[in-house]
Amino acid sequence: MSWEMVCGLETHVELSTQTKIFCSCRVRFGGEPNTNCCPICVGHPGTLPKLNREVVRYAIMAGLVMNCEIRGDARMDRKNYVYPDLPKAYQISQYDKPLCEHGHVTLSSGREIGITRIHIEEDAGKLVHQGGNTFVDYNRGGVPLIEIVTEPDFRSASEIREYLEQLQLLMKSIGISDCKMQEGSLRCDVNLSVRPAGSKKLGTRAEIKNMNSFSFIEKAVDYEFHRQIDLIESGEKVVQETRRYNDGDNTTESMRSKEDAHDYRYFREPDLVAIVTTREEVEAIRALLPELPDTKLARYISSFGLSDADARLLVRYPKICEYFEAAARGLKNPKAVSNFILGQIFRTLETEEDKEAARISVSAEHLRELCSMMEAQGLRLNLAKAALDKMLETGEPAARFITKEDLEGVDEDALLAICRAAVEANPKVVSDYLGGKEKAVKSLIGQVMRETRGKADAVLAEELLIRCMREKA
Amino acid sequence: MGKIAQLHRLLETKKISCKELTEAYLRAIEADNKALNAYVRITPDTALQAACAVDKKIAAGEAICLLEGIPMTLKDNISTRGMETACCSRILQGYVPIYDAFVWQELKARNAVLLGKANMDEFAMGSTCENSCYGGAKNPRNLTHVSGGSSGGAASAVGGNLAVYGLGSDTGGSIRQPASFCGLVGLKPTYGAVSRFGLVAFASSLDQIGPITQDAEDAAIVFDAISGKDPQDSTSCGSEEPAVPGLSKSLSGLRVGIAEEYFEGIRGDVKASLEQAISVFREMGAELVPVGLPSIRYALPVYYILACAEASSNLGRYDGIRYGYQAAGYSSIHDMICRTRSEGFGAEVKRRILLGTYVLSSGYYDAYYKKAQKLRGAVIQDFTEAFSRCDMILAPTVPMTAFESGSAGQRDAVETYLTDICTVPVNIAGIPAVSVPCGLDGEGLPIGMQLIGNHFRERTILNAARQYEEATGRVWIRSAEMGVKL
Repeated sequence: MSWEMVCGLETHVELSTQTKIFCSCRVRFGGEPNTNCCPICVGHPGTLPKLNREVVRYAIMAGLVMNCEIRGDARMDRKNYVYPDLPKAYQISQYDKPLCEHGHVTLSSGREIGITRIHIEEDAGKLVHQGGNTFVDYNRGGVPLIEIVTEPDFRSASEIREYLEQLQLLMKSIGISDCKMQEGSLRCDVNLSVRPAGSKKLGTRAEIKNMNSFSFIEKAVDYEFHRQIDLIESGEKVVQETRRYNDGDNTTESMRSKEDAHDYRYFREPDLVAIVTTREEVEAIRALLPELPDTKLARYISSFGLSDADARLLVRYPKICEYFEAAARGLKNPKAVSNFILGQIFRTLETEEDKEAARISVSAEHLRELCSMMEAQGLRLNLAKAALDKMLETGEPAARFITKEDLEGVDEDALLAICRAAVEANPKVVSDYLGGKEKAVKSLIGQVMRETRGKADAVLAEELLIRCMREKA
Repeated sequence: MGKIAQLHRLLETKKISCKELTEAYLRAIEADNKALNAYVRITPDTALQAACAVDKKIAAGEAICLLEGIPMTLKDNISTRGMETACCSRILQGYVPIYDAFVWQELKARNAVLLGKANMDEFAMGSTCENSCYGGAKNPRNLTHVSGGSSGGAASAVGGNLAVYGLGSDTGGSIRQPASFCGLVGLKPTYGAVSRFGLVAFASSLDQIGPITQDAEDAAIVFDAISGKDPQDSTSCGSEEPAVPGLSKSLSGLRVGIAEEYFEGIRGDVKASLEQAISVFREMGAELVPVGLPSIRYALPVYYILACAEASSNLGRYDGIRYGYQAAGYSSIHDMICRTRSEGFGAEVKRRILLGTYVLSSGYYDAYYKKAQKLRGAVIQDFTEAFSRCDMILAPTVPMTAFESGSAGQRDAVETYLTDICTVPVNIAGIPAVSVPCGLDGEGLPIGMQLIGNHFRERTILNAARQYEEATGRVWIRSAEMGVKL
């Protein structure tokens, strides 16, 4: 029998607002333990939360780019559970009236993944296990999160990966999160069940936690998919439970069963009022959304003449795109800019993080000057490349490495004289060429270029050399 | 003239210095607090420091406001920076807040002289003050009786002349009931009129801070000082109008609603006093209007479901990890939290946490919590309709007078809860009510009546209370023969 995977995701994304969701502590990663918290985010007796409206705005942005409806009267609720990293013994979250609902994301195959809901909530602190002791650090407590819940629409691990990459890119593009899995600003739980292909009935699902990279998610999903199939095929049953992924051996193991599941005793947060959002506010937020990756990709291909592959590479990094567009502004040939970025410049950006932050030592302005020398002043590509290497090394402008002669090139009369001399000096090459070995001209071009120190126009040089050789015939 | 205004005049005219006044109160506390157990913590240094600041201003010829230099107390659940705030619970022993409650910020800015923190039922849960880990406060009118609860310490201090006024909190009657038991005025403001920031939460959707004073004018003065919109409390909206300027309005034409539901099952002498008070209002020109409040018969169960549900969540944070009491000799984190809570909470608090956890549990939520929320809507609706036909509702505060101390064992929990029957509807509806003394029982224990107003109509009910006091020659405003005598 062939089996079908039925899978849904719950993704937590930390929002990069200036301050936490219910107090004025800064949102920042790391720091000495318990130095970035206050009586409110540590839940001291008598303190009250005050909702940061910026969190609502960020969450609405996320909802809009995932095609959700935005609720005008969303509410906050308490999710009660006891754990030392949760100082109030409840998390302020959203239960039955989330901010965003009924959205979707489209995969490259054209398949739509339904977005059930996106809600806002506070993050918990962190337990740190050290030398047999457990410490608690509340710096992360109260950092705003959105939880994005999908419908059980995924049918393969690769769909999950594509969705997550898309989600990550969307969040980065609208600037609401840096979505770094290794820092925990993007976290994902998977709900997975299997059923006979073609069946409409849902099987018993398991929830998988503790995966901190896309490839671990793919591996965990594949493992769990086959584990469930094996169970069923050997006549056993899948039990509803929460499982932990182990990256050591790429397996999942049981964490707690359904019977041990928490009863969160949700109820309306009495310390906060309804989150009233008008249609006008939503439209104002929509109007300010930046260009989304799909639109940008299409534009790079159609207006900038980039190849699909090149455009996709650029679009992955919103900051690189900004850089690219700043450098290409006013130029006739943006493709040259893109080539420099994806070639020489990308080689200097060793890590993914460098690319994301667009840590480029040459300013977009300087790159534009360089490209405009090529367009307007006849600077040869090879000279430009050499100059760019020096620019990347020093951070200095192109003018510093390009001489007047570099720009002037060699005029046609002078070039003709040089070509003629080369033809005179190499009778063997000439006879080869005239005898039908057309490639022989290349060695002469090389000579001419050497003679002119690369300033000559190679195409013109070839033309002149051929003319001189034909005169010999 | 009220007590605050009298003392203000004495200070202003330099008849007495603020230091002398403060020292008089501190001496009286020294002498009488053993008998009353009104204060659980006395703060002479803070008090004298504020007094000196006031004296300096007076000496420099600067004007002082009404509350400046007036000795007062705060219930032990109002957060005071650098000063232990334990909610009279073992579990919060040693907890020293690092921030001030909004109300204390406001009063501190007016150089209020804080004499100490007042006794209360643990986490404000109780009607006798005897659920305090320090033992209950006594009734200054009769030391063999309780002061009431949960703000019993504040009532005991004000009634025993150990403070001019006190701030309490009222979740289901915790200001009005002790005020009634001790022959004082107690105001529960409209939900949202006074910021809850810094009030250690019992039931967040019901809690409200308010004053306990000897008369209505003092209550109005304190209310005006502590009310106001506070950005730190999202449910705060401030008050619409100050109460003090409205205190001399004639009651002629005032429509006073009488709901018979409030008079069912109350003790005969209490009922008789109320009827007398009603006739005083009639004589003052008020128009009596019968109103129906059929849903308030559900108010008590609704209250205990909602209040316990919220409390079970609010009290989850006391785990011994960050502050307060921590059990010794534990074997794991789970064991530590269990022991801390078992040893740290008193029986009544545990009972309510269990009840609240139960009513929110899946499988029971709809039958209890959800139904109670629905009925809360019905209670609100009843009051809304009643206030379309009247300006104020007159009702008893408590169906009886103060209990004998130590008699809790003679009642079961439900019997004790039943004594809240007249006070809880107001908290459920979020409206203001003031308890005003209106008689004495055969043993000389005070009887109180409640004047209930529509949302943000503190001015209406405080003026009615004030007019009633004047019309009765302030006969029921008689403080006990103890404490500071003026």
